[in-house]
Amino acid sequence: MSELLQDYLPLVIFIAIAMGLGLALLVAPFLVAYKSPDPEKLSAYECGFNAFDDARMKFDVRFYLVAILFIIFDLEVAFLFPWAIVYGHLGVYGFWSMMVFLGVLTIGFIYEWKKGALEWD
Amino acid sequence: MILPALFFYLFAGVCVASAFMVIAAKNPVHSVLYLILAFVNASGLFVLMGAEFLAMILIVVYVGAVAVLFLFVVMMLDVDFAELRQGVLQYLPVGVLVGVVFLAELLLVAGAWVIAPGMPQAISAPTPSTMTNTEALGRVLYTQYVYYFQAAGLVLLVAMIGAIVLTLRHNPKAKRQNISDQVARTKETAMEVVQVKSGQGI
Repeated sequence: MSELLQDYLPLVIFIAIAMGLGLALLVAPFLVAYKSPDPEKLSAYECGFNAFDDARMKFDVRFYLVAILFIIFDLEVAFLFPWAIVYGHLGVYGFWSMMVFLGVLTIGFIYEWKKGALEWD
Repeated sequence: MILPALFFYLFAGVCVASAFMVIAAKNPVHSVLYLILAFVNASGLFVLMGAEFLAMILIVVYVGAVAVLFLFVVMMLDVDFAELRQGVLQYLPVGVLVGVVFLAELLLVAGAWVIAPGMPQAISAPTPSTMTNTEALGRVLYTQYVYYFQAAGLVLLVAMIGAIVLTLRHNPKAKRQNISDQVARTKETAMEVVQVKSGQGI
């Protein structure tokens, strides 16, 4: 257990340096930079008149569709990693169990392709 | 070893605090960002337990994909924050009722939960150093737990088809490219010579 955690020591050092650097860059302007706050500096820029409403807009639902289709194939690949590592020990049964899994998802992929879900419009 | 304990309390503390901020933050986008922080700390806890594969999958799948999906959903909702906050008192009784029911269920489950007799020995048994975490998972997942594995595949299939059925709306006016149709056009199908009498239109 201790050996395993020692492998992660470089990662901890890396994250600590990254966080330290990020914090330093965030805090330094507060201490050093010239400040003259003005509400106009924070308001949305629109030429000539005041902004009608905020810049928050509804996203198209198709972004959601693309994201959820991505997650499904992401998970499929996540299942492939342990399978690839123990491939030599699994034997025929393990091989075909993965093939059935991939086949089920390929049915979904064909459905998705034929429905045109991968096309934007 | 004091260092793992220190990191455990760091990860666990930040995880609980950011999980609290998920429900306490006023801006839903900030809630999602706190959720990402909670995921990252949970994956740190997994690493401390020696479950490296789960930790990395948590980062890849949850932080990389699910959190982005949540951000999309939050941005799609088009929430009016002032309007949202007005309804709090109105929905409070229902929310408290659901919370109490859920708490009661949790207490019932936790009260009736007995640790299986062989479990403490199995957990405290040392991990074989010759086998990595991912390898140990792969040895049992595809053979011993094959039905759960296939069920996971079916759940993914249902999720895929459900998402397509619910959200896919094609614009009927959109013009798409159809390569085979475009290439199969000949002079005969594309052109027409029309004899027009003078003084009349077509």
